Amino acid sequence: MEYTSPLEKTLRAIALTLVVIFFMFPILWIFLMSFQTNETILRVPPSVVFEPTLTNYQALITGKLETSAASLEINFMRNLFNSVFLSVASVAVAMLLGVPAAYAFARHKFRGSEDIAFTLLSFRFAPPLLVLLPLALYFQQIGLADTYIGLIWVYQLICLPLILWIVRGYFEDISPDIEYAYRIAGHSWFATFRKIALPLAGPGIAAAGLLAFIFAWNNFIFALVLASADKQPVTVGALAFITASGIQYGQIAAGIVLSIAPTLALALYAQKYLVEGLSLGAVKG
Amino acid sequence: MASLELKNIAKRYKGETVLDDVSLSVAEGETLVLFGPSGAGKTVLLRLVAGVIEPDQGQVLIGGEDMTDTEAEDRGIGMAFQNFALFPHMSAFENIASPLEAQRATPGAIRAGVEAVARLLKIDHVLGHAPRELSNGQKQRTALARALAGAPPILLLDDPLRNVDAKLRFEMRLELPRLLAEQNATVIYVTQDYKEAMALGDRIAVMSNGRIEQIGTPADIYLDPANIDIASLFGDPIINLLEVTPAAGSKGLAAQISGVPVRLGNRDPAIAGQEMVMGIRPEAIGFVSAKSKAAIPVDVEAETPLNEKTVTLAKTAGGREILISRPAGTPGPASGKAYISIDGEAALLFAKSDGTRAGKGGQDLETEGEAA
Repeated sequence: MEYTSPLEKTLRAIALTLVVIFFMFPILWIFLMSFQTNETILRVPPSVVFEPTLTNYQALITGKLETSAASLEINFMRNLFNSVFLSVASVAVAMLLGVPAAYAFARHKFRGSEDIAFTLLSFRFAPPLLVLLPLALYFQQIGLADTYIGLIWVYQLICLPLILWIVRGYFEDISPDIEYAYRIAGHSWFATFRKIALPLAGPGIAAAGLLAFIFAWNNFIFALVLASADKQPVTVGALAFITASGIQYGQIAAGIVLSIAPTLALALYAQKYLVEGLSLGAVKG
Repeated sequence: MASLELKNIAKRYKGETVLDDVSLSVAEGETLVLFGPSGAGKTVLLRLVAGVIEPDQGQVLIGGEDMTDTEAEDRGIGMAFQNFALFPHMSAFENIASPLEAQRATPGAIRAGVEAVARLLKIDHVLGHAPRELSNGQKQRTALARALAGAPPILLLDDPLRNVDAKLRFEMRLELPRLLAEQNATVIYVTQDYKEAMALGDRIAVMSNGRIEQIGTPADIYLDPANIDIASLFGDPIINLLEVTPAAGSKGLAAQISGVPVRLGNRDPAIAGQEMVMGIRPEAIGFVSAKSKAAIPVDVEAETPLNEKTVTLAKTAGGREILISRPAGTPGPASGKAYISIDGEAALLFAKSDGTRAGKGGQDLETEGEAA
């Protein structure tokens, strides 16, 4: 153990605090903004002292946006539901397809396996718009434009490669001997996959799922091009706050708070699954 | 119990031959030790039998039945891995229970089976522990218990004592023969330790470079090795190897060591005049007085007292180093000049060119006749 002087400790604490403030400040500020009206938000100089109000949240939840000019209908709760539904369904589909595929790529070196795995990864290389414009035309022809199924399908471009490549690494880290031992004990390959490979890669699968969820949740361009208002997630729906009578900063802030809440909650919940070390001591290294 | 037979097995990895035309048969209930240096192909051979590696060619027969294309789970095999390969997310109990679960035993039968084998291996007090909470010795016993639990007709043990400390290895070496005999199983045991091989094997198969060099009882391998490599792998201290050129004399063949003729006894006369390597076990050399017949003068360089024996390193006038082993407590010179005598009839002769046995002694020829 290295010795650290009190001075070093203090400096380190200050540096850490600065970093945390740097990253957390925008979120804190948005959180404060969400309880203010447009007038208090836009005053100069800005101040942290204000009379909190719940009107922003009220407007989002009831779907009625009161501006100085008129009363507008907004669909924020619908967007929030779309976000949850699209992300959950996309990650579920990607898991169902990606985890067994990752296992196959990790354990069975068949002809062209590396090429296929790389092709899947390469979906992430192309700028999304390049893919989306022709895809929008095709989708219109085959009737998938503006459907949940169509969107979930396209979302696989984000989720599937991510899950495949992360989980593959975790499967490769499991000693094949552990799986052999289970096979030799008399279990089928499928039982081995279920009882040995899946639990041991559990933390990796959780991490990959969480990342895929966050990527899917934050996606903007796919739904913007391929879906209409009633299928759009919050990322696209937030555009509605830029109204003819001005930008509704208060509602935007409240919308952001509501839309980061699920991912934040999920990340905190999944944290315990992300802890590694499950395989420590199993195999003498 | 089932017999096991391998026919002309070959396996290559990326153009490199790991197993080269290996044929082997193990009788029902026999314990065969696969012995050889690392990289000899022992582990690959074992995994081929287990069914987790497929051979490029050849057949695996278990109980007379061709199992070459049978999945690992249907072969009826128990295996202990060198690295233990315990299931890290299961307790020791669940680990040991896994073969019984696969046999669809009732929960009661599983519990009884696990507890019985755990008692046998003295790990019944740690059954609730996860593998990471076990000591190395307990892990090794858990792995062994898992291999035994399903009462498999064939048991494959891949150097199970490799990763445990010396004390435990010694204990297990004493315990294992009884344990294996109780199992009533056909056993293949892989090891790199010649003492383990001698203690456990009904027969020993010596492997090197993907081939089986010699198969025989421990005594066969020790007393009648097929080549220099095998002779040097077995025995501690290592066998003395002296380059000699035997010459025919009035009293049969003899080799000159420091100008003293060492009589080689009744051997194939064709080896006279050829360059040979003479292998003499350190215990076949003794200290004698200067006046004895055929006494070879040496300088004693060092003496190493071991527990049950004393090993002396001596140098002949020609600068050849010779190891001499004698039972502890018997007198012998610790330094300075001394004389030794070599039992030439017990010496093993190898051709210098390729290291194979040549010019077998009369006694050896007899045993050869019996074996055939």
